[in-house]
Amino acid sequence: MQSRLDYFVPEGSYWPILGSVGMAAMLGGFASSLHGNTAGTVSMILGFGIIIFMVFGWIGQVINESETGTYNLQVDKSFRIGMGWFIFSEVMFFAAFFGALFYARTLSVPWLGGDGNNLYTGEVLWPEFKSVWPLIQMPDSTNFTVPKGIIEAWHIPALNTLTLLTSGATLTYAHWSLMNKNRIGLIGGLIATIILGVIFLGLQVAEYMEAYQHLDLKLTSGIYGSTFFMLTGFHGLHVTLGTIMLIVILMRAIRGHFREDRHFGFEAVAWYWHFVDVVWLGLFIVVYWL
Amino acid sequence: MSTTTTDLQNEIDAIEGSHISHNDHHHGPEKGLMRWVKTTNHKDIGTLYIWFAFTMLLIGGAMAMVIRAELFQPGLQLVEPQFFNQMTTLHGLIMVFGAIMPAFVGLANWQIPLMIGAKDMALPRMNNWSFWILPFAGAMLLSTMFMQGGGPAFGWTFYAPLSTTFAPASTDYFIFAIHMLGFSSIMGAINVIATIMNMRAPDMKLMDMPLFVWTWFITAFLLIAAMPVLAGAVTMMLTDRNFGTSFFDAAGGGDPVLFQHIFWFFGHPEVYIMILPAFGIVSQIIPTFARKPLFGYSSMVYATASIALLSFVVWGHHMFLAGMPIGGQLYFMYATILISVPTGVKVFNWVTTMWRGSMSFETPMLWAVAFVILFTIGGFSGLMLGIAPADIQYQDTYFVVAHFHYVLVTGALFSIIAAVFYWLPKWCGRMYNEKLAKIHFWWAIISVNVLFFPQHFLGLAGMPRRIPDYSLQFADFNMISSIGGFAFGASFILLTYIIVDCIRNGEPVKDARVWESAKGLEWTVPTPAPYHTFDKPPSKELILAESSHIHVEGVH
Amino acid sequence: MLGNRFLLHPKKVSFFFKSLSFLPLFFISQNAFAEFGLNLPKGVTSISRDIYGLHMLIFWVCVGIAILVFGVMTWSMIFHRKSRGAVASNFHESTAVELVWTLAPLAVLIAIAFPATKVLIDLENTERADMTVKITGYQWKWEYEYMNEGVSFFSNLDKASRDATGDAEARANHANYLLDVDNRLVLPTGKRIRFLMTSNDVIHSWWVRELGVKQDANPGFINDSWAKIDVPGVYRGQCTELCGKDHGFMPIVVEAKSEADYQKWLENKKVEQKAAAAAGDREWTKDELMVQGQKVYSSTCASCHGVTGQGVPGAFPAITGSPFASGDIKAHIGIVMNGKAGTAMQAFGKQLSDSDLAAVITFERNALNNHTGDLVQPATIKSAR
Ligand code: HEA
Ligand code: HEA
Ligand code: HEC
Ligand code: CUA
Ligand SMILES: [Cu+2]
Repeated sequence: MQSRLDYFVPEGSYWPILGSVGMAAMLGGFASSLHGNTAGTVSMILGFGIIIFMVFGWIGQVINESETGTYNLQVDKSFRIGMGWFIFSEVMFFAAFFGALFYARTLSVPWLGGDGNNLYTGEVLWPEFKSVWPLIQMPDSTNFTVPKGIIEAWHIPALNTLTLLTSGATLTYAHWSLMNKNRIGLIGGLIATIILGVIFLGLQVAEYMEAYQHLDLKLTSGIYGSTFFMLTGFHGLHVTLGTIMLIVILMRAIRGHFREDRHFGFEAVAWYWHFVDVVWLGLFIVVYWL
Repeated sequence: MSTTTTDLQNEIDAIEGSHISHNDHHHGPEKGLMRWVKTTNHKDIGTLYIWFAFTMLLIGGAMAMVIRAELFQPGLQLVEPQFFNQMTTLHGLIMVFGAIMPAFVGLANWQIPLMIGAKDMALPRMNNWSFWILPFAGAMLLSTMFMQGGGPAFGWTFYAPLSTTFAPASTDYFIFAIHMLGFSSIMGAINVIATIMNMRAPDMKLMDMPLFVWTWFITAFLLIAAMPVLAGAVTMMLTDRNFGTSFFDAAGGGDPVLFQHIFWFFGHPEVYIMILPAFGIVSQIIPTFARKPLFGYSSMVYATASIALLSFVVWGHHMFLAGMPIGGQLYFMYATILISVPTGVKVFNWVTTMWRGSMSFETPMLWAVAFVILFTIGGFSGLMLGIAPADIQYQDTYFVVAHFHYVLVTGALFSIIAAVFYWLPKWCGRMYNEKLAKIHFWWAIISVNVLFFPQHFLGLAGMPRRIPDYSLQFADFNMISSIGGFAFGASFILLTYIIVDCIRNGEPVKDARVWESAKGLEWTVPTPAPYHTFDKPPSKELILAESSHIHVEGVH
Repeated sequence: MLGNRFLLHPKKVSFFFKSLSFLPLFFISQNAFAEFGLNLPKGVTSISRDIYGLHMLIFWVCVGIAILVFGVMTWSMIFHRKSRGAVASNFHESTAVELVWTLAPLAVLIAIAFPATKVLIDLENTERADMTVKITGYQWKWEYEYMNEGVSFFSNLDKASRDATGDAEARANHANYLLDVDNRLVLPTGKRIRFLMTSNDVIHSWWVRELGVKQDANPGFINDSWAKIDVPGVYRGQCTELCGKDHGFMPIVVEAKSEADYQKWLENKKVEQKAAAAAGDREWTKDELMVQGQKVYSSTCASCHGVTGQGVPGAFPAITGSPFASGDIKAHIGIVMNGKAGTAMQAFGKQLSDSDLAAVITFERNALNNHTGDLVQPATIKSAR
């Protein structure tokens, strides 16, 4: 093990401040565009551009430092801890939405129908309303879209489950190959994973189109639509990010980066991918299936 | 103990001398403004955090002064009701997210590497980013006040649907400001965890860590688990407001109370995020000035961990009147009052640390003692609030306001002031004016009680919180409270003077160990702490000798 | 002007010291205490008295522990200080002691939990009610509906209080500044009354201390609560959940009467409501409409749209020059009667009578700097329903 003296403390950097400026421009712009401000939209796009530039610049510098041997094992461990707990924070973010779904299904919707200590809620306020899940007929649908149906678990979603699970396997194969100095296997495994990721996203888009065009199941379809689209939507966003990160890893693998015993960049992305996988399983079970 | 005192003294001398010999392969700080923008140095970043927090404290405090001025007398005098609500909301938000939390992160940045013998924080560039998001987020939050329709006026708890359907346009900026603040906190917490897990001197075991480090370690987990949930809550608000979802709208099958569950799942751990590091600070200061090892080190650690765990399962005590089924109310009542047990363990440990010590009352100790007494009073009112049926009469009255200012102002804020007086000489190599500091202490301690104690009576007498005007029967106590408020506010002018005066003209301090009986690795580095410290990790013997809880014969 | 307000009146200063001298009282007499408004009242229902008992119990437990803890602390601060030559001892652990101070508080808590549980179960039991009142919160008023009686009305902050917010003299002359309403909730004593709380817009919370009732009013849901009032009298409270601009201005007044008086009141109310409904059956003159309209406007609309119709930019539109109030009458009637979903603008068709609606719409079109000259008759409103 290298000496602890070598823990790398980087020089001052412009990347963080750039990231902050980009973030403020993007989010401030988004807020202002929500109120019909075109300048806001411009600022949002600009800010997004800055963030992309920052991410690639920053990560690029990290890759460079990594490949030139600046990092010792202890730095590596810091990265691992950082990535691990970052993923945990993402888990908690999803937990909020899973919690909302759980609450709606088991508490608020039955209460609106007069369950539990909400006898009068049902009797006095919503006499017409019947509590069922999935919630199609809302207590008062004036401001919402009433869906004609819901997405069947055993069609596209099941296929997607299969796709993602397989991608987990191909990624593990890539990792294995990397550790066994099998570059071809590494690159092949990564390509397969990326393709599966893209297929997943394509199917997800098809499912959304079906929902919007044929089923009238929309973000505005009451609590069912809200939880459905927010959960699957944020998950889809994470798959997209994961796929982009996998592509970066693929490029690096092609350039010969990563050593069989040290390849934190690869592992971080793999962890992320598996996390996205696990979230999907949760989604499949509680959003589509049950 | 195999090592002799002289060996240890030699090592300390070597560390003290080391900054000179190391100068050649370190660049000192950069010059000019860019030093602060680009910096990756934990001390620089700590300084940035603390000044930012101080600025926010003044802004949030100025808002509190507007509140107290309007409440000085019955009637609508100075501000419109809507503006009053904005003041209450922004005061709460800025104090919580702008003042207290960043101040603790600043202290963590300065102290944790020094206390565990680490070169720096584990992820220095990310550390910089955590800080530099804050000014932007803070500016975005404050800018809402100047927008059409005014800023957020729905309380720092921003209950739906007042914050969704019925809120001004600026709310979307508020939402993104919260997102940014949360992002910054999460990154900061990840850094703390990585630093403590990975950067400790190789011979420092977890149970050798000073309590400030321990409490921050646990706080960081609270942050990582709680902040993303807040992000989820504001995201749902955003879509309910703009994209037609119905999370908090009964017409679509949602529930406004769902918002409260999500908010308080974050919110209750949040209040412990603001008190656990304070416990750590006090656990450092009291042994120093009692000249006696901390009593019950390991029980302190376990108590902190229990409080943290319990904090995730008691959120419903903010919602006793929201219509929770009785089973829920009972459960949340039991869980809530249970927190008094580990908290009590801490209080008893501090008192026992003082018992049969050899105490002196320098300024940091005064603040620490005041913390123990006044926090406990705040804890007692918390316990009263935790009794669900009694909370019927307390909820949303000034009794609650009194409760949380005792734990937040005389708890969290006082601990921060104590910490600054305790470590400032180490940071800047100069001593503050002890006489002025004592005057300031007594001024603050009296006025803060005049400010907040009568609010208990107001609450019990029936005054709701978040109102700009009140009936005449509340007039007298409100006036007393406001007078206390102005006096307490003015004490911050003196505090500012004392601190600036210390940094600029204070008596230079030469001793590494600023306080004669202080223990801890931070007291082995030279004063003022050089830009880079612990290039070489401290030895096992030094670590043991400096651990504040196990008293080693013969060292100091 | 501004400075003046901060000047201390000598009387106030002396009160300040007087009240400080009351502080020790805190530990002596609870009764003296209640008189000076320092403590909860015992109240007039079994629940409020139970809560009061619990409150005092926990309070004294806390005082007891405080005396213990602060006593030991003060002792050591006085006697174990360096300047007195105290020498530090070195103990730093004792499992036995720590066990004691973990278990003892636990025991205290369990002892408190028993009565607390009992009270909670009692007050959550809303079965067996003699009558039911539905309470609906609005920005910023309450609606009371006597279920199965066909009686319902709104309760607003009284005009005298509203006028006194900027007038110290008027405040001094108002015995119940900000705690008075135009229509009181009248209830019988000795009956078990069930309250159903809900809201039309944001969350409000209905609180009357003497009844020991406080419950959130959530839009779309109904929470319930109950009280059996023992003593006739007038009991006051306020909304306790931040509900927007005028959250501080939606008081509650409950008047508890004997059963017989209550029945009399109820009959009167029924007659009154019939008469009000009948008023819509005739043709009104412009003057009548304008006078009534002004009344309705200032009690019902002015809190948002402003006394002079100026509104609040970015939050509430101005009525002066509004495209509705100076344009098509139908659209104007429409927005007032149906409100606008998803905004603070409520559907006043459900709240106001035909004549009040006709009056306020006429008023808006011919006052507040609008000059359309249009008249709206109650009959028009009736046919628009
Ligand atoms: C630093 C912040 C902090 C801390 C530490 C606490 C600590 C506690 N709080 Fe507090 N609380 C807040 C910040 C904090 N709170 C805030 C900001 C709000 C308002 C939010 C809002 O609505 O805006 C709030 C509101 C709040 C409520 C909701 C009130 C309402 O709205 O109706 C409740 C109810 O249970 C509560 C309970 C408690 C309890 C039981 C503790 C316990 O942890 C206290 C434990 C400590 C002690 C009890 C003292 C020491 C112990 C002993 C000496 C041992 C022996 C004692 C006994 C056995 C009695 N708090
Ligand atoms: C987190 C910490 C924190 C801190 C430190 C404070 C500090 C103070 N708070 Fe606050 N407060 C909250 C957190 C905090 N508060 C929260 C969370 C709420 C709930 C919000 C809600 O309901 O949504 C609240 C609500 C709240 C209310 C209730 C408002 C309402 O319900 O309408 C009041 C009223 O008195 C109040 C007063 C004060 C005062 C006088 C101080 C003082 O301690 C402030 C002292 C500091 C200064 C005064 C600044 C320094 C001095 C200057 C800038 C120089 C100028 C000086 C003068 C003009 C004299 N606070
Ligand atoms: C709680 C607040 C509130 C109260 C009370 C209120 N309004 Fe409104 N009103 C609004 C809001 C908000 C709008 C804007 C709705 C929108 O976004 O279009 C509005 C819009 C209107 C408009 C349309 C104005 C325009 O130019 O868009 C009229 C007319 C109106 N209200 C009349 C009334 C009358 C008459 C009353 C009383 C009987 C009343 N309002 C009471 C909040 C209120
Ligand atoms: Cu209604 Cu507050
Ligand atoms: Cu809490």
